[in-house]
Amino acid sequence: MEKLVLTEEETMLADMARGYLDGAAPVAKLRKMRDAGETHDAALWKEMADMGWAGVLVPEAQGGSDMGHAAANLLAGEMGKTLTVSPFISTAVIAATALRQVADTRAEAALARIAAGEATYALAVDEGIKFDPEAAQMTARADGNGFRLDGKKQFVVDGAMADRLLVLARSDNGLTLFDIPADRAGVTRDRSNMIDARDAARITFDNVEATGEDVLGQVDQAMTVLKPALMAGQGALAAEMTGLAAGAFDMTVGYIKERKQFGIEIARFQALQHRAAHLWCEIEVTASAILNAGRMLDADPENAALAVSLAKARATQTATLAVQEGVQMHGGIGMTDAYDMGFYMKRARVGAEWLGDYSYHAEQVAAARGF
Amino acid sequence: MSAESTPEAFRAELRAWLEENCPQEMRDGKMTEEGICWGGKNWTFTSDAQKVWLERCAAKGYTVPTWPTEYGGAGLNRAQEKIFYQEMSRINARRPVQSFGIWMLGPALLHFGSYEQKLHYLPPIARGEVRWCQGYSEPGAGSDLASVQTRGEDKGDHWLVNGQKIWTSYADKADWIFALVRTDREAPKHKGISFLLIDMEDPGVETRPIKMISGISPFCETFFTDVKVPKDQIVGEENRGWDVAKYLLTHEREMISAGGAGLSGGGRALGAVIKDTMEDLTDATLRADAMRCEIDSLAIGLTLERYKDQAEAGQGAGDASAMLKYMGTELNKRRHELMMTAGGSDALEWDGPLGNRAGDWLRTKANSIEGGTSEVMLSIVSRRVLGLPG
Ligand SMILES: Cc1cc2nc3c(=O)[nH]c(=O)nc-3n(C[C@H](O)[C@H](O)[C@H](O)COP(=O)(O)OP(=O)(O)OC[C@H]3O[C@@H](n4cnc5c(N)ncnc54)[C@H](O)[C@@H]3O)c2cc1C
Repeated sequence: MEKLVLTEEETMLADMARGYLDGAAPVAKLRKMRDAGETHDAALWKEMADMGWAGVLVPEAQGGSDMGHAAANLLAGEMGKTLTVSPFISTAVIAATALRQVADTRAEAALARIAAGEATYALAVDEGIKFDPEAAQMTARADGNGFRLDGKKQFVVDGAMADRLLVLARSDNGLTLFDIPADRAGVTRDRSNMIDARDAARITFDNVEATGEDVLGQVDQAMTVLKPALMAGQGALAAEMTGLAAGAFDMTVGYIKERKQFGIEIARFQALQHRAAHLWCEIEVTASAILNAGRMLDADPENAALAVSLAKARATQTATLAVQEGVQMHGGIGMTDAYDMGFYMKRARVGAEWLGDYSYHAEQVAAARGF
Repeated sequence: MSAESTPEAFRAELRAWLEENCPQEMRDGKMTEEGICWGGKNWTFTSDAQKVWLERCAAKGYTVPTWPTEYGGAGLNRAQEKIFYQEMSRINARRPVQSFGIWMLGPALLHFGSYEQKLHYLPPIARGEVRWCQGYSEPGAGSDLASVQTRGEDKGDHWLVNGQKIWTSYADKADWIFALVRTDREAPKHKGISFLLIDMEDPGVETRPIKMISGISPFCETFFTDVKVPKDQIVGEENRGWDVAKYLLTHEREMISAGGAGLSGGGRALGAVIKDTMEDLTDATLRADAMRCEIDSLAIGLTLERYKDQAEAGQGAGDASAMLKYMGTELNKRRHELMMTAGGSDALEWDGPLGNRAGDWLRTKANSIEGGTSEVMLSIVSRRVLGLPG
């Protein structure tokens, strides 16, 4: 397996991404979009596609850059630092990974559209307040050669803007994954007003028609396709959250070096120094789990579950600490909407829930470790 | 075994060697402090297996796998080292010998020692024949280590050393001590210290054991009265011992933190340890705590791996090793608190049904003190890594 150090290409990719995002998608951009009530920037996504980011997991034959999961995680991490708004995880990571599990011409065409930045995706799995894909109750009733989909999904990240939806539904003998256009008759999307100002929706499926063509992978066998996709998404989300933690941390350290009380910079107070140092330690340790998850997803995806859950659990915990300490060490200004720290806090909270919270992933780790 | 062989060939060869040479008694994941082989002139082996295992490993260089073969090591590269420890822990093999010589003095000598010093001091460490102790702390120099007062007067061909050290672990069992000695009293505090190697059998060296709250592995007060130390027993330059001391400390910290990640002592998963006592981990609070511990322990273990990989790539961790020390030791304390809870009243006896679990638990309380306290580690991170004002 690759070592737990960034290769030269990876370092270059991260540097390049940071340079680009600092200019094109700083936190100020998220603020502007929020104030304007926008949740998607098509021009930004097109630029990312042109740089090969949308196709980071798409084979070169379909026009992708095929850089792998470790690279995808690096990009997600950089996006986390500046709270970039994009459908990267839903589309470039989750949907692309799902489609890659299916080697047919339809899936290949879909991958090509993703790489070109021509199609965005959202994953519709959650029905209750907690992530639990296997518990999906939405029905896919056999109807002639096709299916009729009925049910409700919530917390569909990127669901209001996506061109297509990956929908999980219960078929006669198991769960089936569908890939359908978001504007198909019977699909109603209500944009959720998310605390982090990102795109998400509650979606109702009312007697929606789906053909055999729309099934991704095999009928009743959704998990074969969905599981790798979920793991890839969880890995990238963990990376994004760790980037978020690092971004919040940088901001906090920058602030305490400037801010004066009692006639000195508050960074001179040991009480704050030690908390900052502790937070840095936590981020550093989590970064190892992220890198490891990327390496495992690339080298040994069959056995990556432990590495991925470890990464998501640690990332959730670390990001939570980073934003809590961030607000606290900023004092009053940290509580204001005019200051950016709150954006980090809200994004961290949403990331904590998406694709499984701390407890969910801790249970996965426990199972893998024989508890 | 050649450094050129492929990883697969190396693993196969190693596996076969271990199968043939590692005695069954040395494959014990539940090893406690008493089962450790520390070696040294006066070491008495607890079993034939312990002796045979040490001899066989020493012959192959496996007591110090990454040291050059010239100095008693196996000359393994980083990839082979990884495989070595994977294969060792796969069969739960004990370390053939552990010592401050291997963890601390060895790396410092490899870096700062003269060729003659390396040839003279390293092979006996590798063979487990000479046991070393660490003479850093003094009654007035703990966290403020550079204020050591033990002094060495220049007497031409030797130094005359006088003073007192404290908390010197196993000084009463050690053959030699590496000590920080003030050789220039006029210089600023970091600039007047030398790093000396002293034979514990020299006239004027005296130790007095101090018992710990755990009842095990006593440490000592060590006194020096007019001890003559030959000039060739200095490591590095005169009055520049602080550099050696700091370098050695980074190795000590990494070693202590490895224990914290649960990677030493057979590297058993916490769940497995707890299951020795409890049928199932059904107590919700305990289960949640154990999961958190396990997650952190895996992540810290990966961080140790990452730092080693980085070091091999020429990106040394330096002051960041303070992070490993801090995170690893705080975690180890949590692990042992959990094991005590899981053991319930069975864990409360000195020699109860769970052996010396309580002794091990008490011993971990020192992890965040020895080798620099957690507070000092956080200060190192905040000043030197984060650049916060001092
Ligand atoms: C089991 C064990 C084995 C040891 N083995 C050895 C050995 O073999 N050889 C050897 O030389 N030494 C050894 N030591 C000594 C060890 O290195 C010292 O105990 C340690 O450096 C702390 O010094 P101290 O005990 O003087 O505590 P102090 O320095 O007096 O610290 C007391 C408290 O004050 C805090 N404190 C001190 N300064 C600061 C500061 N600037 N900011 C914030 N908090 C601060 C500390 O964190 C601690 O909580 C051992 C210690 C133990 C417990």
